[in-house]
Amino acid sequence: MSTATLASTSSPPAASAGPKKGKSLQREALDRLLKNKSAVVSGVVILFVCLVGALAPVLAPYPFDEQFLDRVLIPPSSQHWLGTDSLGRDMLSRLIYGARISMAVGVITAVISLLIGTFYGAISGWFGGWADSVMMRSVDILDSIPSIVLLILVKLVFDAFDVIGNPELKALTGMLLALSLTSWVSLARVVRGQVLQVKQMSYVEAARSMGASGTRVVSQHIMPNIMGPVIVLLTFQIPSNILYESFLSFLGLGLQPPFSSWGVLANDGWRSLQSYPHLMISPGVAIFVAMLAFNLLGDGLRDAFDPQMRGR
Amino acid sequence: MITRVWGLSVAILFATVVLLSFFAYEIPTALWWLFSIVAFGGTAVFVFQQGMTFYVIRRLFEAAFAVLVIATLTFILLRVLPGGPFDSDKALPPEVMANLAAKYNLDAPLFQQYLDYIGGLLRGDLGQSYKYISRDITSIISESLPNSIQLGVYALLVSYLIGIPMGVFAGWKPNSAVDVSCMTFAISGIALPSFLVAPIFILIFVKTLGWFEPALWEGPAYYVLPMLVLGIRPAAVIARLTRASVLEVIHSDYIRTAKAKGLAARTILFKHVLRNSLIPVLSLSGPLAAAILTGSFVIEQIFAIPGVAKHLVLSVSNRDYPLILGATLVFSLFLIVANLITDILTAIVDPRVKMS
Repeated sequence: MSTATLASTSSPPAASAGPKKGKSLQREALDRLLKNKSAVVSGVVILFVCLVGALAPVLAPYPFDEQFLDRVLIPPSSQHWLGTDSLGRDMLSRLIYGARISMAVGVITAVISLLIGTFYGAISGWFGGWADSVMMRSVDILDSIPSIVLLILVKLVFDAFDVIGNPELKALTGMLLALSLTSWVSLARVVRGQVLQVKQMSYVEAARSMGASGTRVVSQHIMPNIMGPVIVLLTFQIPSNILYESFLSFLGLGLQPPFSSWGVLANDGWRSLQSYPHLMISPGVAIFVAMLAFNLLGDGLRDAFDPQMRGR
Repeated sequence: MITRVWGLSVAILFATVVLLSFFAYEIPTALWWLFSIVAFGGTAVFVFQQGMTFYVIRRLFEAAFAVLVIATLTFILLRVLPGGPFDSDKALPPEVMANLAAKYNLDAPLFQQYLDYIGGLLRGDLGQSYKYISRDITSIISESLPNSIQLGVYALLVSYLIGIPMGVFAGWKPNSAVDVSCMTFAISGIALPSFLVAPIFILIFVKTLGWFEPALWEGPAYYVLPMLVLGIRPAAVIARLTRASVLEVIHSDYIRTAKAKGLAARTILFKHVLRNSLIPVLSLSGPLAAAILTGSFVIEQIFAIPGVAKHLVLSVSNRDYPLILGATLVFSLFLIVANLITDILTAIVDPRVKMS
């Protein structure tokens, strides 16, 4: 993964890793990751799903909301590879468009929460003292509202003030906003903890004594050294946000049909599992595979960045 | 010694309460009292003895402050959100509007409204529902809360009872067949959302085997499936954490010493490994409670369980703001209490936890 090259471990290489001459820490982490078969396969799967999502309009055989009223609820066939749903919509196309939504939700919320969380955590950890306690206390309070409730509240406020006309864009923006708001908190905690740790290192002191400004020390010396745990956490947060999206859509609080996301499809399909299993199986397998891939990649990244954590 | 007797009696009382509730017997009030006195009184004495009083009091104040902030937030939302009890299509006569405003306490000055709201909360009054006319939210929630708590506690127990043994067996013999199969279960349990597991379980256990009931919440046959489905994901998380923790402990010096002394494997496992490796698992209880709470939204929906989460989801589509915010408060309070209990228990069990 390209992300791995950005980072290096915050700890010196473990004794078990052994000294390899001429290799940077980032390179070593990448090597370890590439040796992990399940992580590599997972990375490929994730890239594939992202690609499918990005190319949805090209790949999908039909539009996601086109109805074939003469072919309702048919099982998989040569014409409709995954069958059609109760309104005669092609399941494969809906699944592909669902991948688009799920991946977009996962990646965009990860980026937003990375930006907010890193900024907040870095400020809190770097300044410490009074500002740190106030900032962390507020984070604690935000954290004591269960995230699913917070998601619902944010969506409620967002929906109450009708800003965006397009219903799909509106549901999606509300969801992105809500998910970003709930997921930056743990990132901020990790970044703060790491900054507090790295702040004590002698190279930071050296940089400061040479007259580097606080901003420069944080951005040039601290940030590159704490990216490992941050990337690992992000990799675990993406599937969790994808899951939350499908949760909300499943509950009827997220995207609504005719728009398609994996949660919407699962909600459409689960009641008729016995009679029309194809409605449930395809979104189910898609969610399962994506979640598995992200989790295995996360495990692999964690092992790669911190070999002492291997197998935890 | 006295600690052990106390711990054992709390465990027995807790098991009795859970079993009685599971088999849908009425729990005698005296038992509740006994349980609360033994559990809380014992904890208080212990906390005092260990010199943790200041820590616990500080945590209590922090929790109360968090509740106050969240209550203020819900009040602001309640007033800011457009739409309300008299948001109907027909234009109402001004007299009716005034009466409605008086009923929902909207005619007082804003700060007075806030004070009334907080005062009401202190008396356990969450206000009036916009949708269910003449029903107050406290009664709606207190009807559904026991179901949700039952579901949550069962699921938590299921996840510990499945997760801990799996993690211990896996970690005790790493890379064995047991380890591989346990960890395969765990990673699948994490990757499978409950709304996929639930229909499959219903198909197998209700439609095919006919063992359990697929919906509602009226007795043991109704409890089993929801608590299993809700417990799987946390069980998987616990199994993974327990395994990691056991692995770490069995490589520590004191286990090597115990082995060198020639202690039996059983003794080492139960006396040395388990006790130390379960501390991280215990400290995970707060986040687990949050995960179970999240999961209960989908579970209550699928199994049509009349709990708070189902009310909350329903009231979102009804735009019943007071009920939504009341449920928010209840859930937040629940999470805060769960985290508080977890932290205090962890501090009691593990003397190494710093009281900073």
